[in-house]
Amino acid sequence: MLPQYFPLFPESASTISARVDALYFFILGITIFFTLLVALLILVFATKYRKEKHPVPVQIHGSIPLEIFWTLVPLGIAMVMFAWGAILFFQEIHPPKSAMDIYGVGKQWMWKFQHPGGQREINNLHVPVGKAVRMTLISQDVLHSFYVPAFRTQMDVIPGRYTTVWFEATKPGTYHLFCNQYCGTKHSAMVGEVTAMSPDDYQQWLRGAGAFGSLATEGQKVFASMGCPTCHTGADNARGPNLYNLYGRMVRTEDNRTVLADEGYIRESILNPSAKIVYGFQNIMPTFQGQLNEDEMIQIIEYVKSLTYNGQLLQLQTNTQQEPPVNLNKIQQGVDVTKPGTNQNPTPRTSAVPATQEAVPAPPSSGQNAPKQPRSNAPQAKPNGPQVEQR
Amino acid sequence: MSTATQNSLALEMPSDTYLNSSYGVKSWFLTGDHKRIAMMYVVSISLMFLLGGVFATLVRLELLTPAGDLFQSDTYNKLFTMHGVVMIFGFLVPSIPVTLGNFLIPIMVGARDLAFPKINLASWYIYIIGMAFMLAAIISGGVDTGWTFYTPLSTQYLTTHVMFTAIGILIAGFSSIFTGLNFIVTVHRMRAPGMTWFRLPLFVWSNYAASIIMVLGTPVLAITLILVALERGLHIGIFNPALGGDPVLFQHMFWFYSHPAVYIMILPGFGVISEIIPCFARKRIFGYSAIAFSSIAIAVFGFLVWAHHMFIAGISTYSALIFSFVTFLVAIPSAIKVFNWTATLYKGSIHFDTPMLYALAFIGLFTIGGLTGLFLGAIGVDMHVTATYFVVAHFHYVMVGGMLVAYLAGMHFWWPKMTGKMYPEAPAKLSALIVFIGFNLTFFPQFILGYMGMPRRYHSYPPEWQVLNVLSSAGASVLAVGLLMPMFYMLWSLKYGAVAGNNPYRATGLEWQTTSPPPTHNFHEIPIVTQEAYDYESQTEEVEVVG
Repeated sequence: MLPQYFPLFPESASTISARVDALYFFILGITIFFTLLVALLILVFATKYRKEKHPVPVQIHGSIPLEIFWTLVPLGIAMVMFAWGAILFFQEIHPPKSAMDIYGVGKQWMWKFQHPGGQREINNLHVPVGKAVRMTLISQDVLHSFYVPAFRTQMDVIPGRYTTVWFEATKPGTYHLFCNQYCGTKHSAMVGEVTAMSPDDYQQWLRGAGAFGSLATEGQKVFASMGCPTCHTGADNARGPNLYNLYGRMVRTEDNRTVLADEGYIRESILNPSAKIVYGFQNIMPTFQGQLNEDEMIQIIEYVKSLTYNGQLLQLQTNTQQEPPVNLNKIQQGVDVTKPGTNQNPTPRTSAVPATQEAVPAPPSSGQNAPKQPRSNAPQAKPNGPQVEQR
Repeated sequence: MSTATQNSLALEMPSDTYLNSSYGVKSWFLTGDHKRIAMMYVVSISLMFLLGGVFATLVRLELLTPAGDLFQSDTYNKLFTMHGVVMIFGFLVPSIPVTLGNFLIPIMVGARDLAFPKINLASWYIYIIGMAFMLAAIISGGVDTGWTFYTPLSTQYLTTHVMFTAIGILIAGFSSIFTGLNFIVTVHRMRAPGMTWFRLPLFVWSNYAASIIMVLGTPVLAITLILVALERGLHIGIFNPALGGDPVLFQHMFWFYSHPAVYIMILPGFGVISEIIPCFARKRIFGYSAIAFSSIAIAVFGFLVWAHHMFIAGISTYSALIFSFVTFLVAIPSAIKVFNWTATLYKGSIHFDTPMLYALAFIGLFTIGGLTGLFLGAIGVDMHVTATYFVVAHFHYVMVGGMLVAYLAGMHFWWPKMTGKMYPEAPAKLSALIVFIGFNLTFFPQFILGYMGMPRRYHSYPPEWQVLNVLSSAGASVLAVGLLMPMFYMLWSLKYGAVAGNNPYRATGLEWQTTSPPPTHNFHEIPIVTQEAYDYESQTEEVEVVG
C-alpha cells in the first residue's frame, strides 16, 4: 500500500531511463558526499572550537595548496559529470535509424498524435514496446513540452518549428504524459497517457484505430489539391525540383549552401519557399502560409518522405493522381518496395468519393512477407477500437 | 550570551545620529543620506516580501490536494506568476544591495556617502514607481504569464495585464542600474586613505561583482521587455512565429539577463556570509583573495551560461554542450567559497550568536542548492528534470536557503549598527532554527517530486504525489512562522531593545568603528586604514580582558 500512495522514485520504462538514473545516482552520490562533508566539518569545528573550549583562535591566512586542491578536485569531478551528461544527451537526442515515426501536435490544451498509417489520437499515445519511436513535434499556438517522466525524456514543442524526441518503451503499461512548458489557463490539464503495448497488441490496436488513410495518402490528396504537381512533376524540365528521393538527402541551394532535406526543410520550403532556392531553379514558388494546418503539413511531409521509389519514377511523375507508389507498411517492415509487383493495387480514387467508400479489402500483397493485416490506409470500421480522435 | 547584552545596560545611544539629525517627512523623502535611503528600502522590500509570501502561501494551500479545487486555474496561474514577479523583481534582485549594501558600502570603504547621493534617492523613487505599476497590475486583476514571460503566450494569447507588469519591471530595472553604477564608482573613487583593494571587506567585493552584472545585464532585460511590448501592442513580429518571429530568441534574451540576475541575488549574500563567519569564529577569513576573485569569476562566467535554461528548447546540440561545459565551470567558484568559509571555522573560537546560526544554515542550504544545480547542468539528466519541481526546489534552495537566509543573517548582524538597538537574542535564535527546519520541510520533498516528474506551474497533479505535497505545504507554514518572527521582534527592538553600543560583536571593519547608529556623515573624521579587513588578532586580546 505504501509505495502506491507514497512513491519516491519514478517508474522506469524506456531504454534510456536506466542510463539517466545511473548518472542521477552518480551525481546524487557526489551531492550527498559533499553535503555530508561540509555538514560534518561544520559540526566538528563548531563543537571542537566553540568559544568555551577554544577561547583563543589561531589566525590562519589561507593555504595556496589547499585552494588548488579544492579547485582542481571539484573541477575534475565536474568534468566527469559534464562528459557523462553530454554522452547521455547524444544518446537521448539521436534516435536509432530503425526508429518509427509518430507525429504530435500540441495546442491549448491538448495533444494530437498521428501515426503513419493515419491513426489519430488525442491525449493518448499508443506505442509498441521494444521499438524505437521518433516523435516529430510541433505546436499550433504557444510553447508546450512533451514530457513522459517514465521515459526520462522531454522536448519543447514550438510553434513554427519541428522538434524531435525519441524513446523505446521497455515494458507495457500506461504512463503519464505531461505538458511541461507553461501554456496558459489549462496547462495542468494538458496531460495524457502513453500506453506502451507489446508489438502484437500494437498492431491490433493500429487495425482497430480506424484510420481513413495513411498519412502519405492523405498527404498526396493535399499535395494535389494545393496544385503542387503542376510544377513538381519530377520531369527534368519541370519548374519545381523533383521530390523523389528528396527526404534525408543533402540539397544544394542556389547560393551554394548544402542543407539537409529533413522535416524542417520541407516545411520551410512550403511556407517560405524563397528561404532556400534549390540550385538551378527559379524563385517562383508562392508561399502556402495560412493555407495548410499543422496536420496537413505533416501529411504532405509524410507523402514527400514516401516518394522513394526509383524504379517507376518517370512513369509516376506524370500521373500524380494515382495512389502513391509506396506501401508504408512494407517500408516499415523492411520490404523492398522497389521490386516490381509490390504496387499492384491501383485503387482508383477521386476526391469526390468519401474515403469511407473505398473500403475494399486490400488484396494480399504479392508474396514476400506479406503483412497479415489489411493495408493501413484501408479504413476499418471497428466500433470498439481504442480512443480515436473525434472530429 | 554575547557580551553585547551585558554591556548594553551601561551603554547610551549616541547623541548625533543619522536618525535624529533632522525630522519630518521631507527630511526622509528628500534625503541624500545613503543610510536613510537604505532604511526606506528595508521597509519597501519587506512589504513586497510579505506580498510575495501571501501569494506563496496561497499556492501551497492549493497544492494541498491533487485536484485544483481551491482556486480557478486562471487564479492559480496568476498566484504563482505574481509570487515569482514580486519576489524576484520586488525583493530578491534589490534585497541586499539596496539595504545592507546601501547602508554599509560607503562606511566600509570609509566614505561619507555614495558617489551619487541624488541618483541613489532617484533609484528608490524609480523602484517605488516600478512597484506601483506592478501593484496596479495585481490589483486590477493580475497577470498570468509566469515570471518568465515566455512568448508567444505573453505577447498574443493572454489578456491579463502583461503590459503593466512589464513596464513595472522595466522601470524597476533602472533602479537596479542606478544602484550598481553608484557602487562601482564609490568603490573605485571613494575609498579612504590606505583602503587598498585587498583591504576591502569581502562584502564590498561581492557587491561590486553584483554591480557589474546589474549594469551590464539589466539593459538587456529592458530591451527584451520593450520588444515584448512592441509585439504585444503593435503586433511587430519579433518573437511570435505567426508574425514571423522566433520564440526561442525571446528565451535567449530573457535568460541573458535572468541567469546573471541569479548572481545579482546571491553574490551579495556571499558577501554577508564572508563578514559574519570570521567575526563569530574570531579569526581572519581563510583565503581572502580566493573568495574575492571567485566573486569576479562568477560575475564573468555567469554571463556565459544562460542557455542552460534552454537545453530542450530547440537549441543546437553543440551550443547545448558548450553551455553545459561553462555551467560546470561556474560551479567551481561557489565551491571554493564554501570550502573557504568552512576552513575559516578551523581553530577559531566560535560564538553561536543569531547571525552565526543563520550563516551556518546558509552554508548547509547553499551547498545543497549549489550541488543540485549539477543535476541540471548535466544535459542528460536535465532532459528529464528540467521545468519540474526539481528545478523549483533547486532554485528555492539557492534563493531562499541561500539568499534569504543570508539577508536575515546580515539584517541580524548589522541591525544594532543600523538602529543602535539590540534585538532579543532568544526569539532570534529560535527563528533561525524554525526557518531552517521549515525551509527543508518545504523544499526537500520537491526534489523527490521533481525527479518523479511533477511539472512546475501545475494547478492539479496526480493523486500519488499528495503526501509529498502535503509535507511541503506543512513545511511552508512552519517557514512562514520563522520568517514572520524577525519582523515582530525587530520592530519591538526599535522601542524596547537594549542599546547596542558601537561594536556589540567586536567585529573588525570600519562600520564598527563609528557610532551605532552612525552620524549623518558616517565618520567624524575620515579614518586612515592601516590594516586588512579581518584583523581579528587585535580583537582577540580584548576577549581576554572582557571575557
